[in-house]
Amino acid sequence: MSFPKPAFTASEPIAMDLREPPPRPFAGLARRASATAAAVLPPALTLLIIMVVWQLLCGDSYEGLPSPSRIWAESRELIVDPFFDRGGVDKGLFWHIATSLKRVALGFSISAVCGVLLGVLIGANRWAHRGLDPIFQVLRTVPPLAWLPISLAAFHEANPSALFVIFVTSIWPIVINTAVGVRNIPDDYVNVARVLRLSPVEYFFKILLPATTPYIFTGLRIGVGMSWLAIVASEMLLGGVGVGFFIWDQYNASRISDIVVALAWVGLTGFLLDRVVALAGRIVSRGSALS
Amino acid sequence: MAKAYLSIEGVGVTFQKGASTSEVLRDINLQVDQGEFVSIIGHSGCGKSTLLNVVAGLIPVTTGAVILDREAVEAPGPERAVVFQNHSLLPWLSVQENVRLAVDKVFAGKKSAAERRDWTLHNLDLVKMTEARDKRPSEISGGMKQRVGIARALAMQPKVLLLDEPFGALDALTRAHLQDSVMEIQTALKNTVLMITHDVDEAVLLSDRIVMMTNGPRATIGDILAVDLARPRDRLAVAGNPTYVGARASVIEFLYARRAA
Repeated sequence: MSFPKPAFTASEPIAMDLREPPPRPFAGLARRASATAAAVLPPALTLLIIMVVWQLLCGDSYEGLPSPSRIWAESRELIVDPFFDRGGVDKGLFWHIATSLKRVALGFSISAVCGVLLGVLIGANRWAHRGLDPIFQVLRTVPPLAWLPISLAAFHEANPSALFVIFVTSIWPIVINTAVGVRNIPDDYVNVARVLRLSPVEYFFKILLPATTPYIFTGLRIGVGMSWLAIVASEMLLGGVGVGFFIWDQYNASRISDIVVALAWVGLTGFLLDRVVALAGRIVSRGSALS
Repeated sequence: MAKAYLSIEGVGVTFQKGASTSEVLRDINLQVDQGEFVSIIGHSGCGKSTLLNVVAGLIPVTTGAVILDREAVEAPGPERAVVFQNHSLLPWLSVQENVRLAVDKVFAGKKSAAERRDWTLHNLDLVKMTEARDKRPSEISGGMKQRVGIARALAMQPKVLLLDEPFGALDALTRAHLQDSVMEIQTALKNTVLMITHDVDEAVLLSDRIVMMTNGPRATIGDILAVDLARPRDRLAVAGNPTYVGARASVIEFLYARRAA
């Protein structure tokens, strides 16, 4: 439905519309400030409400879940100084997180490389797809912790076992998404490559990889989240420095407050990991690969 | 019999999908001379795009052969450059990079990097896309994308230029503009062109000969019409020309009166 536009009357100076409005100082700044406020205020407010409700529910009792005020009282050192290091496993949370992140970085890098290569294989080759896809679909539903005894039996050591668990947890979404991306490469691009007689290597780097980038990064984003889930779980059983073991250790010492603080760190780190991979995806695909 | 530059000899195409087979083209014979502009017109679904893809080498023949410059066509190659209906530019490359990809591949080892760059820019200049060379395909209009597609094909210096309904997705004004550009370029470079179209005016205005196809399945060439209009042609001047009007009427008559054949 359309309405007739109001006609200009003679008294309306049309030329005025062409003139630039007078520059308003700080207009851009004010706009940015209000946009930031719109993004930050709602979650901050929600968090505040949750804290208040939590405080009211748990009160000052020393039974069960500690309230926010008690967490502050009991774990202040842990909250205000993430960087202390008294040797052994008695370190600030920053060091635990950093150790866990190093494991994730290594395990996830291996699974990213293997996942993309496997994904390209089963995306491009019909027989590889028929042979491997059903097996992958079954394996990807196995929970991370179920892999741990198997990898311990295979590797006999804590560190490679943790890496394997990260690898095996995060590789499936990368494989599956890459394969979908390869199978969805438009025929047009393939025809262009055929007319130009691109070699398989040229096709891989000039057509396949850029055309599949958005899919690969979807897989990487899901994968990095899953690998972070796996690291916490696997470290719980492995011991040593690392946020997973930290949580387990505090549980055995009945320091629930410390665990709540650690959980906040784990959550925020996972969130950051996700954002970093998403940002990398945007930069690599230069925002245009989906058009 | 003296062989023409491009010779389509007894070409038939049958697609096999599981147990069912469908014969799309049957016994197509067509000779195209060097520098000739030939259009193929027919109703949609008559297999004219299939014929173009056969010449491009993208679809293999079931029977017969395509011979270009005394060599049988067996696979796609840059000497038979295709301008695809939906432009087929790579969205992650800029306009210039899209053309450069083809130039780098075709002239690797034959031209220096600087020569390849100049050749890329020269071809973008031919289609008047120099100014937008650093834009990405998503940032330019449909007509401009098609111009880049034409530049990419021209840059391969093909023996025959294959146009697959190149103006089909464009609005009438943009289409007329682009048709004029193609005519200009073809007059200057003397390309051999094979164009698929379903637009009668476009076929008559641009072509030396118009190949009219019968309806599928088992489509074949129904008739071939020569358009004896001097070049360069001007769309306004030829509109009232008896040859133009006569050719237009014959094509329409073929498409709408004889299509039951």
